[in-house]
Amino acid sequence: MAEPTSYRVEMRGVSKTFPGVRALDSVDLHLREGEVHALLGENGAGKSTLIKILTGALERDEGSVLLDGKPVEVHTTAEAQALGISTVYQEVNLIPTLSVTKNLTLGRQPTRYGLISWRKARMMAEERLKRLRLDIDPERPLGYYSVAIQQLVAIARALEDDTRVLVLDEPTASLDAEETELLFQIVRDLKAKGIAVVFITHFIDQVYQIADRISVLRNGRLVGTASTAELPRLKLISLMIGRELEKLGNRPVRAADDTIGAPALEAENLGRKRVMSPFDLTVHAGEVVGLAGLLGSGRTQTAKLIFGAIKPDSGTMKIASKPVGHFSPRGSLQQGLAFCPEDRKADGLIGELTVRENIILSLQAKRGWHHQLSRKDQDRLADDMIKALAIATPDAEKPVGQLSGGNQQKVVLARSLVSQPTALLLDEPTRGIDVGAHAEIVALIRRLCTEGLALLVASSEFDELVAVSDRIAVLRDRNKVAEIAGDEITRENIINAIAHR
Amino acid sequence: MNTQQMPGSQNQSSFAATLRAALVHNAVWPISVLVLILVVNAIVAPAFFSIRIQDGRLFGSMIDVLYRGTAPAMIALGMAVVIGTKGIDLSVGSIVAVVGSVIAWRIKEGDPHLVILFTALAVGIVCGMWNGLLVAVLDIQPIIATLILMVAGRGIGLMVNLIYGGTDPSFESELLQGLSVGNIGLIPTRLILFVVIFAGLWLLLRRTALGLFIESVGGNPAAAQLAGIPSRLIKFSAYTISGFMTGWAGIILTADVHTSDPVKVAMFSELDAILAVVIGGGSLMGGRIYLGMTLLGALVIQTMVTSILMSGMPPEYNLIIKALLVLIILLLQSNNFRAAVIALLGRRK
Repeated sequence: MAEPTSYRVEMRGVSKTFPGVRALDSVDLHLREGEVHALLGENGAGKSTLIKILTGALERDEGSVLLDGKPVEVHTTAEAQALGISTVYQEVNLIPTLSVTKNLTLGRQPTRYGLISWRKARMMAEERLKRLRLDIDPERPLGYYSVAIQQLVAIARALEDDTRVLVLDEPTASLDAEETELLFQIVRDLKAKGIAVVFITHFIDQVYQIADRISVLRNGRLVGTASTAELPRLKLISLMIGRELEKLGNRPVRAADDTIGAPALEAENLGRKRVMSPFDLTVHAGEVVGLAGLLGSGRTQTAKLIFGAIKPDSGTMKIASKPVGHFSPRGSLQQGLAFCPEDRKADGLIGELTVRENIILSLQAKRGWHHQLSRKDQDRLADDMIKALAIATPDAEKPVGQLSGGNQQKVVLARSLVSQPTALLLDEPTRGIDVGAHAEIVALIRRLCTEGLALLVASSEFDELVAVSDRIAVLRDRNKVAEIAGDEITRENIINAIAHR
Repeated sequence: MNTQQMPGSQNQSSFAATLRAALVHNAVWPISVLVLILVVNAIVAPAFFSIRIQDGRLFGSMIDVLYRGTAPAMIALGMAVVIGTKGIDLSVGSIVAVVGSVIAWRIKEGDPHLVILFTALAVGIVCGMWNGLLVAVLDIQPIIATLILMVAGRGIGLMVNLIYGGTDPSFESELLQGLSVGNIGLIPTRLILFVVIFAGLWLLLRRTALGLFIESVGGNPAAAQLAGIPSRLIKFSAYTISGFMTGWAGIILTADVHTSDPVKVAMFSELDAILAVVIGGGSLMGGRIYLGMTLLGALVIQTMVTSILMSGMPPEYNLIIKALLVLIILLLQSNNFRAAVIALLGRRK
């Protein structure tokens, strides 16, 4: 570190405010020549805002950006490209139906007599592929190749001769281990060429595989930059999660162990390639099991595999001791399992239908189309739930799309509860709802549990899990890595389990 | 400037609010256009409203509207169900053609006419199931999936005509004649038939959970799946219902002309059906089924067509006038258009 460091990129005191949110607060990010720099942080930490400022997609409010020591003003992504700052976004934004050549030359097709010269285009494409030592047929449609190759083609497209900085936004999110290694080899090549690579990921293991240095953002602030060797996992994770506001929720007085009943959910070796490594998990009646993990650790995937919304390719499941034959949401529901999804807009609500219709939907689906619930029963169930969960709506006939976020969440929860489950999966039950509703839902989870329901609660908020869980399964990088029970359940232990190799 | 405009804009917003409240109900615009057409009729051709009894049944333009509107309305109701799933059924006209050819063929073969009636319905249902298979099971986009039968159906009709030589597809049938021009008491039989089928469809959709399931699948397929609704089965049944409704329309339309004319019968009926659904406030984005409003839409279209014919206007203008009226209704229903008009009115003040 003694070397008088001239940085490839110096972002100094960069701030950005969106209406009502201080997205970045005087953040410094220094990238060295020929290093892989991991940028880490949980949801809303400010990673993407920072990157967008670097690549010209957003303009900063304060601060300065220096490229090789010279101040630069970048207003558009095209300007950033011209300066040698390239980005590959998480979702490959190439066109799978077009050939690799066309994808690589789109928007900069070489012309001859004013017409596109496909011969030149092909040469250009081959040259770009050669740079990454990528031996594929450029005339095949991009979609013919695996996601990993597509990801590499995206990098080939982004790389210019004069690229100085390459930003990779979660490039490994949908890659398996071998494909990731392939990508990493290329990243090491690029590094050797002196390119500064910014690597954004949620996979902690990969950070330690590839990154030279790490910067951690939290709530719009830089909370630390260190070389990978000097930053042990435990330290890294506590940096990411933060320790302020550490008011550990009082752990509720738990019923004695003997009130915990028979197994309601038993997953054995359940998993799916690229989604979640096989795991074992049991939830008993009257027990709350938490699923803890950082963003991208596989919480939602675990819940969806258990529910059958993602079909597992290995393992078995039992619901109330009966084996699940055919994995599907419908089948799970019939067997007494209910699922309350995280993304209520996309996966939960049917916005045009009324609150009542949304609430009774799963129960009705369970009964089948020909056994319609009488209108009287529907009204009673809906009104009961509106009262029990304190859903703020003038009446049950309001289209659910018009309710506020927290109330929508309660409607989705109500739908699961009305379906009379023996086991309930809650994915981020308190996401996006206000503090009051938050407390109500936490209390409700405990109450349901004492009524003998088996609950599996996935959450990114460890304090919430500590407050409600009898047992916690800890996930890291789409693996179940530990289980914590009883008095062991503390925030520290969760963090330790995530950090532990 | 700002301060000067403030009181004005306040006025505008309260005015706009009242106006908006009045325009909220979907039925307002189709009904007002219907009334408009009738008023124009009252001025141009007062005979439109005369109803008399002749040969023991009701006669008159208004009755004619209902009489002619029966088959298109049946198709439109089936279309409303399919559109509720965020789908579309372009094959309805062709299904009518297939049904007609099968009726003519079986009559030539000498089947009992009651059996033929059920055969014809079964043909409609099978056609619907075919569409359902392509859309729900094979996941083909509805517009393409139903295009296949739209193209093939009329060809199948012509082929069926060839089975018995293809020389003379016309036929006689008392039973079908009864469905076409017959009456029970003063009322045309087909109107009674229509009321029965409409009631049956309404019960199926609203007195079972089928309607709710269709609307869920159309409104948010991912959420419906997670809520445990068998999406494929639901979509399949929607196309089957459309086939059933179109089968009835095919029987009536074939009975009207007592011949099988696969090339021309029910031409563009799919477009009229889609229009009826849209005039009735249905969105092609799916998620809602309005049976009553679709019926109103079909009624508006038929009244329009009959009025143009009755008005003595040169028939060359028919299509243009129809298109204009539909455009007006759709403009009135468009939120953007209404907002623009309200803003304009507000500024005037």
